Amino acid sequence: MNTVIFRTIAPYLSALMMVFSIFVLLRGHNEPGGGFIGGLIAVSAFAIYGIACGVAAVRRAMVVHPMSLAGIGLFIAVLSVLPSYLFAQAPMTSQWLIFDFLGSTMKLSTPLVFDIGVYLVVVGAITSIALSLEERDVD
Amino acid sequence: MVTQPVQGADWLLVLPLLLTMAGGAVAIMLRKKTAVQPWIAIGVISLVVVSNLALLSHVLQHGVVTIVMGNWLPPFGIAFTADPMGALFALAASIVALCAAIYATGSIEASERRYGFFPFLILLLTGVTGAFLTGDIFNLYVWFEVLLIASVGMIILGNDKAQIDGGVKYAVLNFVATTLFLIATGLLYGLVGTLNMADIAIKVSELEGQGPIYGIAALYFLAFAMKAAAFPVNFWLPASYHTPRIVVSAVFGGLLTKVGVYALLRVVLMLMPETREWMGSFIGFVAIITMLSGVFGALAQTDIRRMIGYLVISGIGSMLAGLAVGNQIAVAGAIFYAAHSILCMTALYFLAGLMFNIGGSFSMRELGGLYTKSPLTAGCALVLLLAVAGLPPFSGFWPKVMLVEGALADGRGLVAASILVTGVLTAIAIGRFWIFCFWRGGPEGTEDGTLVPQADGSVAANAVSLPANITLSLGALTAIIILVGVFPEGVMAIVSKGAASLVDPNAYVQSVFGVWP
Repeated sequence: MNTVIFRTIAPYLSALMMVFSIFVLLRGHNEPGGGFIGGLIAVSAFAIYGIACGVAAVRRAMVVHPMSLAGIGLFIAVLSVLPSYLFAQAPMTSQWLIFDFLGSTMKLSTPLVFDIGVYLVVVGAITSIALSLEERDVD
Repeated sequence: MVTQPVQGADWLLVLPLLLTMAGGAVAIMLRKKTAVQPWIAIGVISLVVVSNLALLSHVLQHGVVTIVMGNWLPPFGIAFTADPMGALFALAASIVALCAAIYATGSIEASERRYGFFPFLILLLTGVTGAFLTGDIFNLYVWFEVLLIASVGMIILGNDKAQIDGGVKYAVLNFVATTLFLIATGLLYGLVGTLNMADIAIKVSELEGQGPIYGIAALYFLAFAMKAAAFPVNFWLPASYHTPRIVVSAVFGGLLTKVGVYALLRVVLMLMPETREWMGSFIGFVAIITMLSGVFGALAQTDIRRMIGYLVISGIGSMLAGLAVGNQIAVAGAIFYAAHSILCMTALYFLAGLMFNIGGSFSMRELGGLYTKSPLTAGCALVLLLAVAGLPPFSGFWPKVMLVEGALADGRGLVAASILVTGVLTAIAIGRFWIFCFWRGGPEGTEDGTLVPQADGSVAANAVSLPANITLSLGALTAIIILVGVFPEGVMAIVSKGAASLVDPNAYVQSVFGVWP
């Protein structure tokens, strides 16, 4: 897969897919999408970048180790459960924060926080599997 | 009904899971800091023990507790329901995990910590606790997957050839079992149209034995029997349990098979009582063969880890006997036996680890004279072994009494006789073990009654200093086993309540729906 065309295109393609994965993550509450699918798209982006430019480049680009990313995601998902305790409601009851921002209505909620957690878990866990598989290939 | 505002105390149901998931996440993030890892695990699991203790006392005071995720009312929301059995098992599991974390501080090396022993341990506890506390049958499947992934991670921790071999056998067989569980759940959903356990109990009782419920129950029985290591689908256990680190074997021997037994009691006994009666004699047959084949296996082994593996299987047979009989006292006995077995089997593996530390081998042939090296260990071993054999005054005695009483009350003399015969055979097996490893003077080939002369002609030092981590974890478990054996009333009250809510799921259903509709 080491062609000039692929190596030139891959970074742009990956960047585009990353942006798209975040779009899919954020639109997920009432429309198709969400953390899991968004996470998978992000993993595909990392995988393409890894195939084109090597595993080391992906690890540099990610800054955080993928497994740590999964840990952070799990932690965020757990945190999203807690606010409903303050309102004496059942765990995971969604809490909404709706406000106007620059002329449009923003709706932030605990399901969104949970979805971000899921996104990070999926990105971390599956990227770490994909990278170790690609590394073995080189050996 | 779960429409009134949620009490703070009801959050006790999800607190162990939140704690272990958050703790596991932190442990994953800090997996390079090998010195901090054990303290994260010990800290988190201690909190879980406290939380489970509070949950058990809450359940005993207020009856069965239910909380539903996201305020979606049952049967649509995922319910968590704790009855005395689930809360007791969750407590026992967290105690065992705490002792394992303490034991691991001195036995799991830095490279294995980097590989993620402590995160796996914490996440295994998540899976086990979730399985014990969930009130939704598909959610039970999810927790089975969580603990399966964590346990496969733990079993291949050292990357030895034998470990990969054992790990593959373990993983494949358990994946098959989990898949059967999933298929059975799909069929059940097709039949009754619900996944909430309380709702299933109602809908199945309305079926009145009609429809394919018998086939579904048989499929569940096969799936959970594989998990629980019942004969003849138990060959994965002796093939894999002696390969990993001893602390991993200890956690597995204590927890994993008991999750299978729990699922059998919950699903086959509570949700499908009529089909359980239909399968009763068959389950009894499986129980008898499991008990006897387990104890014969234990008699034949010279590797102490393999021997303990067979003792685990033999104990599973006794618990299945309670399921086969199915009256309240026998079920109470089975619950008691499972709680006892969680603590006792873990302690036995810790003991094997300690004996390896002192004697330098896992083989009965090469061990010997351990009594002179460490009388305390020998005493501790005697307590644990007598408890396994079901001899008084230790914790294994009372559940066997209850099981035999229940079997006789139900007119199942053969089951009762098998439990007693297994007790005698176990006593022979453990007697052989104790005499070979502790009582005789030295290993095979040395003159009995003397210690081995060293190369320089001196005699090996008598006193052996015991590592603090092992002493603490093994000592704590042994103390609980003695306490439960001498003062069994408290546990008996809990298991009687637990059995009552299994045999008659009215309280369980009421906790979820308010009334039996």
